[in-house]
Amino acid sequence: MISRRDFLQVGMAASAIVGASGFGNWARLAAQQSLTQDQLLEFETFGNVSLIHVTDIHAQLKPIYFREPSENIGVGSNKGAVPHVTGEQFRNLYGIQDGSPSHYALSSGDFSSLAKTYGRVGGLDRVATVIKAIRAERPDAILLDGGDTWHGSYTCFKTAGQDMVNVMNALNPDAMTFHWEFTLGSERVNEIVESLPFAALGQNIFDVEWDEPTELFPPYKMFERGGTKVAVIGQAFPYMPIANPGWMFPEYAFGIRDENMQAMVDEVRAEGAECVVVLSHNGFDVDKKMATVVDGIDVILSGHTHDALPEPVLSGKTIIVPSGSNGKFVSRVDLDIRNGQMLGYRHKLIPIFSDVIEPDAEVSALIDEQRAPYLAEMSEVVGKTDSLLYRRGNFNGTWDDLICDALLSERDAEIALSPGVRWGPSLIPGQDITREDIFNVTSMSYGQAYRTEMTGEFLKAVLEDVADNIFNPDPYYQQGGDMVRTGGLGYRIDIGQPQGSRISNLTLLNSGEAVDPTRSYVVAGWASVNEDTEGPQIWDVVENHIRKLGTVTAKPNNSVEVIGA
Amino acid sequence: MELTRRKILALGSSTFALASLTSLPVFASTTDDEIAALTGGAELGEGAITLTAPEIAENGNTVPIAFDAPGAVEVTLFADGNPVPNVATFKFGPLSASRSASTRIRLATTQDVVAIAKMEDGSFQTAKANVKVTIGGCGG
Repeated sequence: MISRRDFLQVGMAASAIVGASGFGNWARLAAQQSLTQDQLLEFETFGNVSLIHVTDIHAQLKPIYFREPSENIGVGSNKGAVPHVTGEQFRNLYGIQDGSPSHYALSSGDFSSLAKTYGRVGGLDRVATVIKAIRAERPDAILLDGGDTWHGSYTCFKTAGQDMVNVMNALNPDAMTFHWEFTLGSERVNEIVESLPFAALGQNIFDVEWDEPTELFPPYKMFERGGTKVAVIGQAFPYMPIANPGWMFPEYAFGIRDENMQAMVDEVRAEGAECVVVLSHNGFDVDKKMATVVDGIDVILSGHTHDALPEPVLSGKTIIVPSGSNGKFVSRVDLDIRNGQMLGYRHKLIPIFSDVIEPDAEVSALIDEQRAPYLAEMSEVVGKTDSLLYRRGNFNGTWDDLICDALLSERDAEIALSPGVRWGPSLIPGQDITREDIFNVTSMSYGQAYRTEMTGEFLKAVLEDVADNIFNPDPYYQQGGDMVRTGGLGYRIDIGQPQGSRISNLTLLNSGEAVDPTRSYVVAGWASVNEDTEGPQIWDVVENHIRKLGTVTAKPNNSVEVIGA
Repeated sequence: MELTRRKILALGSSTFALASLTSLPVFASTTDDEIAALTGGAELGEGAITLTAPEIAENGNTVPIAFDAPGAVEVTLFADGNPVPNVATFKFGPLSASRSASTRIRLATTQDVVAIAKMEDGSFQTAKANVKVTIGGCGG
């Protein structure tokens, strides 16, 4: 692991990179109780090129609460390395004061009380203000969207992504790459992409029939900025047809394709690029490995695994900049590029405190225009929560516990399975739960809640398979995301074992009896990648359950015993 | 493991697309025997040929595999977890402009794909890629 101190030293010695981030100041500002927009945006313009990175917005147009994970286990060479450091350890690592705004923005712990102090985060009208402020200082700053933009909300679901397209277009991005967008189905994705006023990039988006690059998704785009040529290469999520329903976009193939990435880097360098930026939806650990396999990448703007770090991480000679999720952060990276080389950078991860940053009036109006036709139906209050509802965590979160409970009771099942996705805002104790809130954590184009039978042996195989997608020590075999959530079923997981040997002690929580490999169990779940999955939509299942409960109270969940982490 | 592939797929249609339950390369010894027969037990060098395969197969029924073997006269591909591991042999003549090929193969389960190249000087080179066949489960 590269510690903060090592990183700074490596950065200085290896390539005379000047690292200077805006981190460390917020705690002081908190002490003054005077966080202002100017302070959040404070940045001494540096070098000759500016990059602005947003990623994994998941259609969150409005400010939300978002709790960062308290558990994020790293494996192999990434054990104990960021972003696999959480809570107090994270704050100690970066020198963040307890109770400060950066504590609230970047780490878990005390979330509910800090949420009351610091308020909601995100909102694309606030993001617009930040982007405009950066452009006021550097008019030709390059705005890059890392994808997972056209997915994740009520209005996005109802408009098949059009709300997000309309609002993002108003921000004038220069390029974008993709993941969940493809779950709109290839016909819709193609239709939107053909109309985009900016580049839709993916060096790893291939035609499935001939395994050749596609015309619609070029690998890279060249920008001339500040007297220098900057190439931006797109890297879409590599495992889309595996992690999401491939039948929805059967014309496309993906994969990491680092050999093609190297070929593209060589090609843009030959065309005169003095700086190579990869706009990536690989996930952090995959990016870190790719930076050591592919030569010649200066900056990777990293998405997919929803990590937010106050400083870039150096891997090989590449800096990796992860920019969080759900509209919570904007990264600004200024680069000094001279004589065909990146000589230095300055970076700031700007947290979008929605009560501090003034919304951009024009974009606010545009957002409200998208929401207006659906406002009445999605604002309907379904229930209330006494507890913090959040999603992030390797094995469970209170939102997923609630979803699993809903599946068990509404679908009359013994065991529930819920996908380990990382998107979805949090609700703090005392908040009403609206239909929109439920869609924020469930909305997708394949939300059918199935009911089926699985043997104990098959259930173990499912858990083993998913665990290896997360805990395989080689990042190239990881798909991002977290462990499938289980309701009614407890188990032990030994992280360090190989596939087939991690999962043991499967137990039915109701009776405490061991799961019988040969017996069949009634299982309810949702988000199957299979075509023709039948069942009611998960958001209806969850809504019915919450209506019956009235007020949701989260119970402690100790159903997964983790060893070897 | 009692579940056959067909049963798994039937289950999968209502639940997960589970295509593989085991990563045990049960046919690995068959592959070793066939490689030994091919090379006459000669030592296998590494590094002269490249084998390109996906880390995780999008569809185990049709996995794109490519190799580049400059200086090879013959390249044989094996899939060591398949019931019949020997996939194909490509032969190159002295006038072959490039000693490379790409094809698609069916993989029954998570396994190694192995390329054995016979070089112009009679020596042998090998390259290996582990391809995972998985049910998936999403992510960010």
